Amino acid sequence: MPDHPYDLIVGLETHVQLLTDSKLFCGCSTAFGAPPNTQTCPVCIGLPGSLPVMNREAFRLGLVAAIALNCEIPQFTKWDRKQYYYPDLPKGYQISQYDLPMSQKGWLEISDPKGRFAAKKVGIIRAHLEEDAGKSLHDEAAGKADSRIDLNRTGTPLLEIVSAPDIRSTEETRAYLTELKLLLTYLNVSDCNMQEGSLRVDANVNIHIHTPQGKIATPIVEIKNLNSFRFIERALAYEAKRQFDAWQETGRKMGDPGTFKQTRGWDDAEGVTFSQREKEESSDYRYFPDPDLCPVRTPTAEVQKVRGGLAELPAAIRHRLEKSHGITPYDSDVIVAQGRPLVDYYEEVARIGGDGKKAANWVTQELLRVLNERNWSLAQFPLTAAALGELVKLVVAGEIEITRAKEVFNDMVAHKRSAGESMAALGIAKVDTSELEAICREIVAANPKIVADVKAGKQQAVGALVGQAKKKNPNANPNDVRRICLEIIGGM
Amino acid sequence: MSLTDRPATDLLRDLSARKISSVELVKAYAERIRRFDGQIKAFLHLDIDAALAKAREIDARRAAGQPMGKLGGLPVAIKDVLCTQGIRTTCASKILENFVPPYDATVVRKLKEADAVIIGKTNMDEFAMGGSTENSAYFKTTNPWDTSRVPGGSSGGAAACLAAGMAPLSIGTDTGGSIRQPAAFCGVTGLKPTYGRVSRYGLVAFASSLDQIGPLGHTAEDCALLLETIAGHDPRDSTSADLPVPQYTASLSQPLQGLKLGLVREHFGPGLDSEIEAAVREAVKDYQSLGATVKELSMPHSKYGIATYYIIAPSEASSNLARYDGVHYGYRTDEKAMLDELAAKQKQLESAQDAKKLAQLDTPLIRLYRKTRAEGFGPEVKRRIMLGTYTLSAGYYDAYYLKALKVRRLIRQDYDKAFEEVDFVVGPTTPSPAFKLGEKTDDPLAMYLEDLYTVTLNLAGLGGISVPCGFTKSGLPIGLQLQCRPFDEERLLQAAAMYQRATDWHTKRPSL
Ligand SMILES: [Zn+2]
Repeated sequence: MPDHPYDLIVGLETHVQLLTDSKLFCGCSTAFGAPPNTQTCPVCIGLPGSLPVMNREAFRLGLVAAIALNCEIPQFTKWDRKQYYYPDLPKGYQISQYDLPMSQKGWLEISDPKGRFAAKKVGIIRAHLEEDAGKSLHDEAAGKADSRIDLNRTGTPLLEIVSAPDIRSTEETRAYLTELKLLLTYLNVSDCNMQEGSLRVDANVNIHIHTPQGKIATPIVEIKNLNSFRFIERALAYEAKRQFDAWQETGRKMGDPGTFKQTRGWDDAEGVTFSQREKEESSDYRYFPDPDLCPVRTPTAEVQKVRGGLAELPAAIRHRLEKSHGITPYDSDVIVAQGRPLVDYYEEVARIGGDGKKAANWVTQELLRVLNERNWSLAQFPLTAAALGELVKLVVAGEIEITRAKEVFNDMVAHKRSAGESMAALGIAKVDTSELEAICREIVAANPKIVADVKAGKQQAVGALVGQAKKKNPNANPNDVRRICLEIIGGM
Repeated sequence: MSLTDRPATDLLRDLSARKISSVELVKAYAERIRRFDGQIKAFLHLDIDAALAKAREIDARRAAGQPMGKLGGLPVAIKDVLCTQGIRTTCASKILENFVPPYDATVVRKLKEADAVIIGKTNMDEFAMGGSTENSAYFKTTNPWDTSRVPGGSSGGAAACLAAGMAPLSIGTDTGGSIRQPAAFCGVTGLKPTYGRVSRYGLVAFASSLDQIGPLGHTAEDCALLLETIAGHDPRDSTSADLPVPQYTASLSQPLQGLKLGLVREHFGPGLDSEIEAAVREAVKDYQSLGATVKELSMPHSKYGIATYYIIAPSEASSNLARYDGVHYGYRTDEKAMLDELAAKQKQLESAQDAKKLAQLDTPLIRLYRKTRAEGFGPEVKRRIMLGTYTLSAGYYDAYYLKALKVRRLIRQDYDKAFEEVDFVVGPTTPSPAFKLGEKTDDPLAMYLEDLYTVTLNLAGLGGISVPCGFTKSGLPIGLQLQCRPFDEERLLQAAAMYQRATDWHTKRPSL
């Protein structure tokens, strides 16, 4: 149970940049990081007389995402102008979609392998396409200082995904964003790189306070430009408490006269949200249909074609891995969270190794540990899935015991060797059963006190013999040593 | 007939036959410009040297027997609302006084590829808003038939330079009648193509869903030549039609058999000048003597044309003109003066301890926008931006803009119905002949009513042409308007050419 008398209510507006080569309405490149104002043309800088032409690939990517988000795709959609003045918006309006978005009424399922919340469907109110604005670089505090504008980003295609206010906690918020990000990267719709701004989140948040008179909703606040998951969690936690405190102080609730939807920013250094403006001031964007662009028709056949060609989605992959490889939801979650290449890698390891669970352990523990330690991507990891699969296969067959197998793994990574080569280099070979029995007989004979202890019922005393056996032959398998020694003692 | 009085197609035949050279032509027009443009003021920009250089190059290619573009060295004047690479494009506005486009409009590119010689950029109402060219921020153009009168607008310079023999061909734009009305006032032929027939890429937008570029010339044949050069689908303009372009000049001499004309009752109501009515009815008789039948019909929604137009056009204009804010290009207010003024105001409010006004004081950015736009736009443009901002505002959108879109559809239905019965709708182009300079500048509504017979065509997205059909007793030209089905310009031009073969109004020239 929560330690506070209210529910957190969150709806997220997520903007993702689409992975197109060119902008939404012109042929300019969308590559990140070019020198300022080098990826522009008359269209995207809004020169007089220029006209937009829709990028079909952007529309297709939007369709792919919307269909994967279980949205309805209307047969008819159009473009609208959202009008406001800002220096990084050279036309004085943004081409967006207003009352007839390209998709609506979908959902995204979220769950938590740690079980902190029950699996649920978060509603998607709409997902629509729009063009990005440019970047303003200025010192806002100075006021009079020169501002600089980079229009490289202007016109980059964005998909705005608006969730219903179905999210109830910071854990659910993180799960929603993680799942959304995963879905879009699996579909190659967006790289969702938050550092480069290709995934940006605004959160609409308020709280429902439990009182003896019933639930009371506080006025909704929109927190803008939350550019990391950590910021989002901290901002939501802060904002919920701030709204609760404000309510206790003023008693103001949603719908009271004079309460507007407020826009706040997040100051991570101070750990506070701060008021940016009352939304009422500039709420009239004077939307109207863009006369320069034709409405877009999406025939049912096209929707079906996209649906048919959709890549396997993360949720489906998790279910499949759990079913066909017998792994836990936790492991499937870890594997899928790393992206499609690791899924494929894991499945190959499991196939060759012959044991899905053991393969999952090796991948989620050893392999991911190395990637994290060295800050590698999977592509930089030196072992092929087949090589790791061979090692797993040896472990599964009992050819090598687990601690030695980890040594082998480290050697394989360090020298890009096969399991066999590493084992040879480390002098690891399976100990012949008769040799192992000879060793065991020898140490049992040399340790009458331990024999007496075991005979007296202290079975764990045999552990001391394992160490001695390993000294005689490091390849001695501890389980085998334990079993053989107990057999010998039992026969005495 | 002197060189500069002749139709363009006539000159082209002589150019092709090498009886005259492009250089000779350019020189002849340059001489007319030198003598008369001081009085007419049709051009905002002239570069005779560049035109001569281009003409020389074309002549050399022709002499060498190299392939020649369709316009083969004919001079063309371009309304200053089309972007010309490297040549200042102002839209007759102060706000674009220093704007030099880095690219050519598609129409300009096509003209260049057709070996036209661009002789200059013509004057217009600021951002094509107006019907007299008096709204130019630079100077007023006069009517060559009576220089105390307006040439019409907004393509006033485009029509006046033709009438004054300062160019043989001219490109205009028509949003609510801006080609047809000045063509009527100046006694030339002007065609407004079906929406989508000609690419708008590079046309500085006034009202995007209504704007269309079209040709002006002395004859239907001149217009046919120019239209077939500039028309066609353009991948850069999503609203341009992907339809083949007929060779209008090739079929022009075919007379139309069994032609059915429609006379719209509402076009002959109050407000129509009696001399114009008489001339138009005479023209209709001429058509009858050529075998046409005439039917009277009604377009009940045409009376809402002006109201509908003055909601849709300003709405789009308010949005299209938002980009002129002094930030990226064009005119910008004196920043230092602006900041000083703002600082002084702040000081004054601080000493008066007027906290409320202090809080409302503009930021420097907002003040930059305000001052730039206040100083850069003329009164008519501001009036329309305000109208359009109002009609698109929350709470008013449904009552104005959305309603206007519905009426627009009804107006189109009126036309569709009419065209079930007739081939063309004929009537006067304007309710009255060219008026005196300054006569209507204080009465915007009277100026708006100039568009009475022309705006419905733009709202319906159809094509139309104005051809000279007579003169008032005081010697002012009168225009006959023919309107056609969508993309029926081929027959529209045939109908106009048929009339011009039977009459000589289009051969009259003013004496300057
Ligand atoms: Zn561009």
